[in-house]
Amino acid sequence: MNSTPQSETDEVKIVDGIHYHQFDVVIVGAGGAGMRAAIEAGPQAKTAVITKLYPTRSHTGAAQGGMAAALANVEDDNWEWHTFDTVKGGDYLVDQDAAEILAKEAIDAVIDLENMGLPFNRTPEGKIDQRRFGGHTRDHGKAPVRRACYAADRTGHMILQTLFQNCVKLGINFFNEYYVLDLAMTEVDGVKQPSGVVAYELATGTLHVFQAKSIIFATGGFGKIFKTTSNAHTLTGDGVGIIWRKGLPLEDMEFYQFHPTGLAGLGILLTEGARGEGAILRNASGERFMERYAPTIKDLAPRDIVARCMVQEVLDGRGAGPNKDYVYLDCTHLGAEVLETKLPDITEFARTYLGVDPVVEPVPVFPTAHYAMGGIPTNVQAEVLRDNDTVVPGLYAAGECACVSVHGSNRLGTNSLLDINVFGKRAGNAAAAYAKTADFVPLPADPTKEVRELVDMLRNSTGTERLSTIRKELQEEMDRGAQVFRTDESLGNVLKTIHDLRVRYTNIAIQDKGQRYNTDLLEAIELGFLLDLAEVLVFAARNRKESRGGHMRDDYPDRDDEKYMKHTMAYLSGDPHSPDPEDHITLDWKPVVVTNYQPMERKY
Amino acid sequence: MSTPTVEASVPAAAEEHRSFTVTLIIRRFDPEVDDEPRWQDFDVQMYPTDRILDALHQIKWDQDGSLTFRRSCAHGICGSDAMRINGRNRLACKTLIKDLDISKPIYVEAIKGLPLEKDLIVDMEPFFASYRDVQPFLIANSQPGAGKERVQTIADRERFDDTTKCILCAACTSSCPVFWTDGQYFGPAAIVNAHRFIFDSRDEASSVRLDILNDKEGVWRCRTTFNCSEACPRGIQVTKAIAEVKQAIVRGKV
Ligand SMILES: Cc1cc2nc3c(=O)[nH]c(=O)nc-3n(C[C@H](O)[C@H](O)[C@H](O)COP(=O)(O)OP(=O)(O)OC[C@H]3O[C@@H](n4cnc5c(N)ncnc54)[C@H](O)[C@@H]3O)c2cc1C
Ligand code: SF4
Ligand code: FES
Repeated sequence: MNSTPQSETDEVKIVDGIHYHQFDVVIVGAGGAGMRAAIEAGPQAKTAVITKLYPTRSHTGAAQGGMAAALANVEDDNWEWHTFDTVKGGDYLVDQDAAEILAKEAIDAVIDLENMGLPFNRTPEGKIDQRRFGGHTRDHGKAPVRRACYAADRTGHMILQTLFQNCVKLGINFFNEYYVLDLAMTEVDGVKQPSGVVAYELATGTLHVFQAKSIIFATGGFGKIFKTTSNAHTLTGDGVGIIWRKGLPLEDMEFYQFHPTGLAGLGILLTEGARGEGAILRNASGERFMERYAPTIKDLAPRDIVARCMVQEVLDGRGAGPNKDYVYLDCTHLGAEVLETKLPDITEFARTYLGVDPVVEPVPVFPTAHYAMGGIPTNVQAEVLRDNDTVVPGLYAAGECACVSVHGSNRLGTNSLLDINVFGKRAGNAAAAYAKTADFVPLPADPTKEVRELVDMLRNSTGTERLSTIRKELQEEMDRGAQVFRTDESLGNVLKTIHDLRVRYTNIAIQDKGQRYNTDLLEAIELGFLLDLAEVLVFAARNRKESRGGHMRDDYPDRDDEKYMKHTMAYLSGDPHSPDPEDHITLDWKPVVVTNYQPMERKY
Repeated sequence: MSTPTVEASVPAAAEEHRSFTVTLIIRRFDPEVDDEPRWQDFDVQMYPTDRILDALHQIKWDQDGSLTFRRSCAHGICGSDAMRINGRNRLACKTLIKDLDISKPIYVEAIKGLPLEKDLIVDMEPFFASYRDVQPFLIANSQPGAGKERVQTIADRERFDDTTKCILCAACTSSCPVFWTDGQYFGPAAIVNAHRFIFDSRDEASSVRLDILNDKEGVWRCRTTFNCSEACPRGIQVTKAIAEVKQAIVRGKV
């Protein structure tokens, strides 16, 4: 088996201690999006997957509830309804051409996975079973529909395992525990073109340059900018941060999703599939409060709405617990059988981490930072955009780090596992096709210069700041001022804090000075990305003076289609260390693609 | 249907907000400095509902940034942080302080049987090599109709459910005394992942995998010590899965 870096196809040249590799296609990230791309590109082109985690450690494995596809296996459904739900769920900021592709190709995406071996739950007829999920409806909002294909509450685990298994089958080259820290760009005919990536090998501290014709970013999200989050410690937005530092735009960064049901105080997720199976949210007095806010689909309203209602209940003094700061997810009426067979993992999470048994007691829950709707802008071929319409040749992005935009201002549950499969596949195919026709772009004169400088700065610093203190302050401040409710003032305060933290960051010192497995160093580098991305997010959020989907402004509570039915495009345009973000971030707009659905009021 | 009230259910977490000092004794090894591993103790302030991973983070973030371990998800799903805690293999993120005897120091060290790299990190490559050797992927030449799923009954799907839960954390394999003395042995995790396909009604290559595991480094090395089943953080009945593979080899079929 040749899925180790020592594969015979990899000829390494070593110059001044730096290792140079050459591949047709390089994929950064081995979560669902990266491995789905690898399965397409691997057989067509010489492909490498570079990942800071062993592939099976990627956070796709944490996804629980399901993957949407209008298979209509258990009740009437079709992809057009799915498209509509996606557009409406995203509060009309979705690019409708992309949503249509997502919903149409969903069906093949699920079948592909089944054919690759994914053990979906089955119906009595032996077909893939489907369950309900928030915002997915029959015939344009008439009633909830069973559209989510699932494997108990381990759907993401099964997707990640199945994709990894198929990568092993195909002998894909993995470079595990290699941290990509920079994108090499070379000026050709006056335009900067991507020529490769620079990676830091955790085990040895060696730098590697991977020259490639096509490069796919699939580095996942950046939930660690918040304190309360369902995201893994490693979700620090490195890929998005690298693109940002290269002066390429980021789209819709202000739209971040807070999932309603995180374990209170911990943020560990309890899938929306629980409510899909019939669980109910209740306030301190036991009232099913969602009936008041969304009379038709109640607890199965989209996440932005449910999260806000929960926070509203707490603000109005109806929260539960000693500090009245959470609400309950009541699963007790579902019975032990349903919990053990359809929701076994989350039942165990509640038992292990809160000591609460969902079979007999309601579970304390509160919204948790969950998913980045925004990210690296791409077109529907997964090609990265340099501005509103020009692509960067040979550069692709897919999965949570990308913004196609199929999720608009609020992603529907089960649409991300779908996104990583549909657009991961598209990225893999497009990258392989491009590599067949293109030549290598020559590497710049000293491709590792910036990474060397960064690493040396951190390793040799005699500063006095601890990275963990800065990170903690950032996360707490983001929870305070940029979470479910935002105002001009709260966002302004966060920006000030971020600025101070960025100054302090230049004075941090790490304690581990070694070369081997220096996770201290890498946490410091990751923190740099978190600070950059938090700043863009908050700056864009302050600029959008309306409430839409995941972005709720207390001072502008209504959606304003006239002014803001457009995507934000943010560019790094000055010295990133200048104190005022106005001096280094430029915001622009990009039109939303509207095909069939004109914006309507969003009622459920 | 129950209608909870505040009084009826104060979560356990709220009752237990008393913190206390816990001593961790950690087996350190820095390959750039140390010839031999050494034990070092750290005192940390912990709440009963904190996890060993929280303790390790507190040490790394507040006391000694060079303490090195793997972790990602922090809730038992990614398989990064299997380690020996008080002599038992467990995930640090799933081991709560209150479930340990804190009147004594807590011993933490890397899992055994795989090459030690630094502190709590071992080289996982031999582990993944055994995994790859059992052909851990669906092999089925017959194609379902284009655009169709393969049909599988609920009972057939249930048959291999237990072994689909594996997160490749290596807690089982690195708790196995046979593996400690014979690194060539496939080890429980690889057998679990073979089982997952051998008993999948859609797969057509069980006999290939049964042949592989009938090898001298295969299932017959297992001496049924049950360490693996006890270690598995996913509650997989590892020893049972190995026994089922043995029976299938003997019968010559699944
Ligand atoms: C708890 C939880 C439950 C969820 N449940 C659902 C659900 O039921 N349905 C649904 O549709 N969606 C769900 N989601 C969302 C969905 O799981 C994620 O958005 C999706 O899996 C992201 O996949 P990805 O491939 O983009 O990124 P990831 O799976 O996060 O992978 C990122 C990869 O990038 C690599 N990487 C990152 N930085 C670097 C770097 N610098 N160098 C090299 N490699 C790097 C990592 O090693 C990793 O391999 C859930 C999310 C969470 C957190
Ligand atoms: S069987 Fe259990 S202990 Fe062994 S690798 Fe899999 S999850 Fe870990
Ligand atoms: S950190 Fe993921 S299993 Fe413990």
